[in-house]
Amino acid sequence: MFSQPLTGLSLWFMAIFTIVFACGAIYGIGYMRHYSGRPLRNTLHWINYAVAYLSMMTLCVVDNSIAFLVSWEIMALSSFFLVIYESEKPETIKAGINFFIQSHISVVLLTAGFMMIAAETGSYSFAAIPRYCVENNGMAAFLLLFAGFAVKAGFVPFHTWLPYAHPAAPAHISGVMSGVIIKIGIFGILRMITLFSIDFVTAGAIILAVSAISGLYGVMMAILQHNLKKLLAYHSIENIGIIGMGIGLGCIGAGSGNTVLATLGFAGALLHTLNHALFKSVLFFCSGNVYHGTHTLDIEKLGGLAKKMPWTAALFLIASVAICGLPPMNGFISEFLIYSGLFGWMQGAELGVTTGAVFSILALVMIGGLAILCFTKAFGIIFLGSPRTEVDAHEMGACRIVPLVIEALIMLSIGICPSFYAKLAGSALECFPYASNTALASTADLSFVGLASLIFILLAGLIYTAKSRHNSRHQVSEGPTWGCGYTEGTPRIQYTATSFVKTYVQLFSFVLGNKKEQELPKDIFPASGHFESESYDKLESNLIDRPLGAYRSFTDRFSFLQNGKMQYYVLYGIIFIVFTLIISFIFS
Amino acid sequence: MTSLILILISALFFNGIIGRVKSISAGRKGPGVMQPIKDVIRLFHKGAVYSDVTGPVFKLAPAVYLASVLIACLCVPFGNKPGLISFNGDFVFFAYALALGKFFCIIGALDTGSSFEGMGASREATYSMLAEPAFFLIMGSLALMTGNTSFQDIFAELHPSSPMSWALAVIAAFVFLILAMVENSRMPVDDPKTHLELTMIHEVMVLDNSGIDLGLIFVTGYLKFAMYAALIANLFIGSIPVGFGIPVFFVIQFACAVIIGLNESFTARYRMNHNPQFIFTLACIALLAVFGVMLMSGQLV
Repeated sequence: MFSQPLTGLSLWFMAIFTIVFACGAIYGIGYMRHYSGRPLRNTLHWINYAVAYLSMMTLCVVDNSIAFLVSWEIMALSSFFLVIYESEKPETIKAGINFFIQSHISVVLLTAGFMMIAAETGSYSFAAIPRYCVENNGMAAFLLLFAGFAVKAGFVPFHTWLPYAHPAAPAHISGVMSGVIIKIGIFGILRMITLFSIDFVTAGAIILAVSAISGLYGVMMAILQHNLKKLLAYHSIENIGIIGMGIGLGCIGAGSGNTVLATLGFAGALLHTLNHALFKSVLFFCSGNVYHGTHTLDIEKLGGLAKKMPWTAALFLIASVAICGLPPMNGFISEFLIYSGLFGWMQGAELGVTTGAVFSILALVMIGGLAILCFTKAFGIIFLGSPRTEVDAHEMGACRIVPLVIEALIMLSIGICPSFYAKLAGSALECFPYASNTALASTADLSFVGLASLIFILLAGLIYTAKSRHNSRHQVSEGPTWGCGYTEGTPRIQYTATSFVKTYVQLFSFVLGNKKEQELPKDIFPASGHFESESYDKLESNLIDRPLGAYRSFTDRFSFLQNGKMQYYVLYGIIFIVFTLIISFIFS
Repeated sequence: MTSLILILISALFFNGIIGRVKSISAGRKGPGVMQPIKDVIRLFHKGAVYSDVTGPVFKLAPAVYLASVLIACLCVPFGNKPGLISFNGDFVFFAYALALGKFFCIIGALDTGSSFEGMGASREATYSMLAEPAFFLIMGSLALMTGNTSFQDIFAELHPSSPMSWALAVIAAFVFLILAMVENSRMPVDDPKTHLELTMIHEVMVLDNSGIDLGLIFVTGYLKFAMYAALIANLFIGSIPVGFGIPVFFVIQFACAVIIGLNESFTARYRMNHNPQFIFTLACIALLAVFGVMLMSGQLV
């Protein structure tokens, strides 16, 4: 009674969830071998994994807000338990509690939103939402629900739980969480768009602005990170931003009756959801391999891993190309759809529209450029060059490579035959107002993009083969790296991650938070000196930490109430009862 | 197809002409026009030395770099004749394919583990991130002006639409020319002939490449120049018949090479920390072009 006939939208998301959960499970078997000494805890872990998967499936099919909230809560709790697997570490518990609280902020917002609707219509069924929108302006309820889903999805400024929860969780959980659990927020937003009928142009503009900021802020913060998993977590925020830009465009198209814009926007968002689920889970799984191979996630301590972990390196490279949105991989396809939407929207011949489109294009271009900076840094410093510290790295077993290879193959196939996948997304696309499958087929030349990508791969392969054949006929020798005349180079003089992004950090210092502490060498014969710099999330410290601190110091003033004396507590009870009686007396 | 052949032909001479202009204005005898090509042929006859730190990425990088520029050349039309690859939004593909080449060039440099090459890689990544918006904005302004989103349609319809389009074409030509200089690491952003590795960008990234790898990187550089000059030429030959178009194309290629050569002879390289400002100024000019088009189409007033 709570379920709906399956729509294309639900099926699309269920397919994505299933692929990533399945790959995560296979990967997880290999990952958990390192923790085989604790069978009880592992049993609990896998039960929670299954429960999380089931609750996500349920969320896709339910048609009632109470059932939705209950499944949502089950999902939040089970993923909380998944995150705190290594609960003996205090930082894991801290990250877990942070995640737990923020999940429940999302629950509060969702409950409030659904209750607004139920209070008017008297029904908790999703079918009541369209009725509600007929009689009321649904905007407030929509924005409340959007905020609730945004916490889960990680839109700025609700993103602060991501960079803590991902590094704390085991790698297969981070992969699944970043790949799909945050996508349930995207699913929620899309589901609500199919139900609500509001002024979509305004809603779309709000979503577009929030998303563009999320995308830019996510990638800008990602570049600064030295913990690989934290870097990837910030990249999830960036990609959620790109998905959100697609949704925003789609909403604007739906609101203004622009079929092409609605189609391209929603199609871009749907495809990018799939793409991000694939490449981000591969990246997180690779980070797990790096962690177990070297026992560190600190980029600055790694280097030259490509020689010792060739499979992990190759998969990380493929996924990096994909996440930067570069052809011939899948990330380009969805970004191309969003670009096409933006360039089409720009022709709107209206000042606000053109300006909005120009700045959205600018944001998307900057996101692309910054992502390249970020992933050349991540891949180059971790896998290339020579090792920066003595680590005894080794490649992982087949269990932790094969699922990644499968995902990488799907990614490549999306890049080469995008029109097939666009057709698959078609039935999901049909759920949205004004979006249509036929419009997608006729407006976006996806098959040409795939063909061009294929030519690209062939061309690169051809040149590479020709080059190798040429080298096999000529004398090829090996020598040390050219040190520009300096012969005593050590791995320590290599460029580090910090130095690689130093120019960028100086350029964007007005946005980025950077704490510096230094004591420069003084006097003619300097004895010692030190320099430390640490980046922090400015939004988090200004929007979360500071108000929280102020709130805490405010509530501290009332701490005299909690004095531990029983008599006082009885007194509070009496005061409360008297107060309630007086109030009911007055109002009766 | 026409455009590809023409780009290949002009790539043969482009850097040679730059070199000639530089040597004439410096009063030197200088190398001949074909010297760059002779250099490449010489490199193709050599073996290679690979650093023992490097791996497959280093060997793959030059191939992907060249392939990225070739595929970008395939997207470039000749006036109203489409390139081999032509579809709506092909310029997005063009820019992203070039970005993939840069991505591989950067990780190829990082593969050597040399601090100098790391430095070059860092600069290349940062500067190309800043240069990208200029390209998209100028293409955006052209798209807004003509109402099309593929190279061929944009260039074919640029001129008949209004006389003001000539002004836009000139601004776009300026932006493309500077972009070509930034992307190829020429003055005033980078000095390819400097002797000090600390002040290089592109040259320092390819310090460890030798033999055919270095040859491929040189070829890629020549092609990149000719490709940007072809885009500039396209801004003016969209409505001209092919018979006139081809000579105009070569004149514009020649003019671009001369301007770059003269610029290299008479300006000094900027200090490294001034480069971002300079590059970002381009994006601002491109943004002004967008607002100019909006003004013309009556959106602003």
